[in-house]
Amino acid sequence: MPSESRRIGVEYISRVEGEGSLRVAVRDGRVEECEFGIFEPPRFFEAFMRGRRFTEAPDITARICGICPVAYQMSSVQAMESACGVTIDPAIDELRTLLYCGEWIESHVLHMYLLHAPDFLGYESGIALAADHPAEVGRGLRLKQTGNALVSALGGREIHPVSMRVGGFHRVPTRKEIEPLIPRLEQAREDAMATVDWVATLPMPEADRDDEYVALAADDHYAIHHGRIRSTRGMDIAVEEWNDYFVEEHVPRSTSLHSHIRDRGLYQVGPLARFNLSEELLRPVALEAAHRVGLRAPITNPFRSIVVRAVETLHAVDLALDILDRYQRPARPYVAVPPVAGTGHGASEAPRGLLYHRYEIDGDGRIIAAQIVPPTAQNQGSIEADLLHLVERNLDKDDAHLQHLLEQSIRNYDPCISCSVHFLRLEVDRG
Amino acid sequence: MKPTLAVFKFASCDGCQLSILDAEDQLVPIAGAIDIVEFKEATTHSEPPPYTVGLVEGSVTTPHDALRIREIRDQCKILVTIGACATSGGIQALRNAADVEEFAAQVYPNPEYLDVLATSTPISDHVKVDYALYGCPVSIDQMVDLVTALLTGRRPNIPDYSVCIECKRRGSTCVLVTPGIPCLGPVTRAGCGAICPAFGRGCYGCFGPCSGPNVEGLATAWEAAGVTRSDLSEALRAFTVGAPEFAEAARAL
Repeated sequence: MPSESRRIGVEYISRVEGEGSLRVAVRDGRVEECEFGIFEPPRFFEAFMRGRRFTEAPDITARICGICPVAYQMSSVQAMESACGVTIDPAIDELRTLLYCGEWIESHVLHMYLLHAPDFLGYESGIALAADHPAEVGRGLRLKQTGNALVSALGGREIHPVSMRVGGFHRVPTRKEIEPLIPRLEQAREDAMATVDWVATLPMPEADRDDEYVALAADDHYAIHHGRIRSTRGMDIAVEEWNDYFVEEHVPRSTSLHSHIRDRGLYQVGPLARFNLSEELLRPVALEAAHRVGLRAPITNPFRSIVVRAVETLHAVDLALDILDRYQRPARPYVAVPPVAGTGHGASEAPRGLLYHRYEIDGDGRIIAAQIVPPTAQNQGSIEADLLHLVERNLDKDDAHLQHLLEQSIRNYDPCISCSVHFLRLEVDRG
Repeated sequence: MKPTLAVFKFASCDGCQLSILDAEDQLVPIAGAIDIVEFKEATTHSEPPPYTVGLVEGSVTTPHDALRIREIRDQCKILVTIGACATSGGIQALRNAADVEEFAAQVYPNPEYLDVLATSTPISDHVKVDYALYGCPVSIDQMVDLVTALLTGRRPNIPDYSVCIECKRRGSTCVLVTPGIPCLGPVTRAGCGAICPAFGRGCYGCFGPCSGPNVEGLATAWEAAGVTRSDLSEALRAFTVGAPEFAEAARAL
């Protein structure tokens, strides 16, 4: 019998943040190779941060990712505050939550409407989608602009905002300054609700694959930047215990770094993980919308992440409105944080998943060591496992269809390859 | 035939490309006049060169990218660099004064897999650049102005004066004079709208040097505020460390 060999290669995956590639080889119905490659050049943040002041960490690490700078700022300031043993004022902490809601809205809506929805409906971009679906894309852009406006109002600009600092904020807005956001967010709540209903109608490929889902989780709220690290298979640890449970290592079939749970294996972070661990803690309006469209934990089909993103967008809008309604300008924008020699850990839920930071600082507040574990590095193994799962079940499809399905599958994770402080250029030697 | 626009990425955070997507409402009127034919972050659509305008984000950090930028230059009639990485090497240019092999060993368990240059350099170190937009990230207003200017054949309006001008225009109190907070505004190019002083903090120089920056004068003002020359030197070695005016001043201080 003649052997049948198929290769699918995408040198540069579009509609993701950063540079990635896809390679699949099939011989005689057996998948020989299935790789999601990263060729984003490394920028060595953890190396050049050594010797810098601990107060510089939020502005420097924001530059790891232009899509989720607030996540980097939050994880780093929380790590520094924990190293120095400082607790910030509750009102300031709540304002940070508000800023983070803005980033969830911006990032989720960008991904849903401009990057991911086009896949489900067979368009090459959000611009092309807009030509046939102007009302939907128009609603998405309006929603995204409200997210942008929220981040700008609190942070001065939507990308790399300048207000967050170790100990709090450089400046906090007056009630009058941020009140105009309330009617915009009320509109956004309608738009987010309509978004949930819209994305729930998108045709979902079958791709259920059980995984260990890991996220920050709390007992009393849908965690964004406070909580313990929990998993759907019983992990429940403090953020400080990260390195006792998680390892980054090479696996034989790839030269990229993959994150694993020690002695256990693959896991994934992101919207599915958050939803699967904390569904019942969503704001009532978001929980009701989720149930209305049939979304109930556990969700194990990664294509449905777009629906979870819509539900989380509604959650973030509703939470932002709640914080804004009660907002009174805090008495002081920040507390002083004198440097204390030691180690600090910070974790928060970037739109695409758990982001962990660890720093050692000296008594003068100089950074001695930095460790940053971005969500996409953690998801790389699960992304490849999904690809393998899909290839094996869709061998009857022609190359064009299979390739489209695989690219869409990668975009399920909203991979932010620019956050790739841990990724290597893929140079596989198959000799 | 409509002019064509292509967007390319080198070592960067993607934030400047995202600014293009964030400018959607302002870009829609322009979109009728120009075809976006290459923009990996936004579309699977791709057309072969040549391109009328190429926007380049990011710095050159690998041997492969040093070759790629030459090809892109040949493909674009007008080449525009966008953002601090493309115009000065970005914050990753902090490696330039260090040992990149030691850096690699610090971050990666198998540094021998890496194929990186010892330096992170601006695009203009490699090819001729026609226009540059500064900032980390770029200003959306400047981006829209630039595209409009190129379409109508006028010169883009890219200020080279300092942040102080924008700060005064905004009516902010000078943070360097009154509370005595160290601020790089007097030597930094305008474009951001002077947001940091408006938030009660000093400018941290993310738009790079203004025209003829008086760093020595600033050192005197910082000393009056109780901050040393070596602190100023360190502040200049940050988001636009690769800009020659800042790099040289940082060494001299």
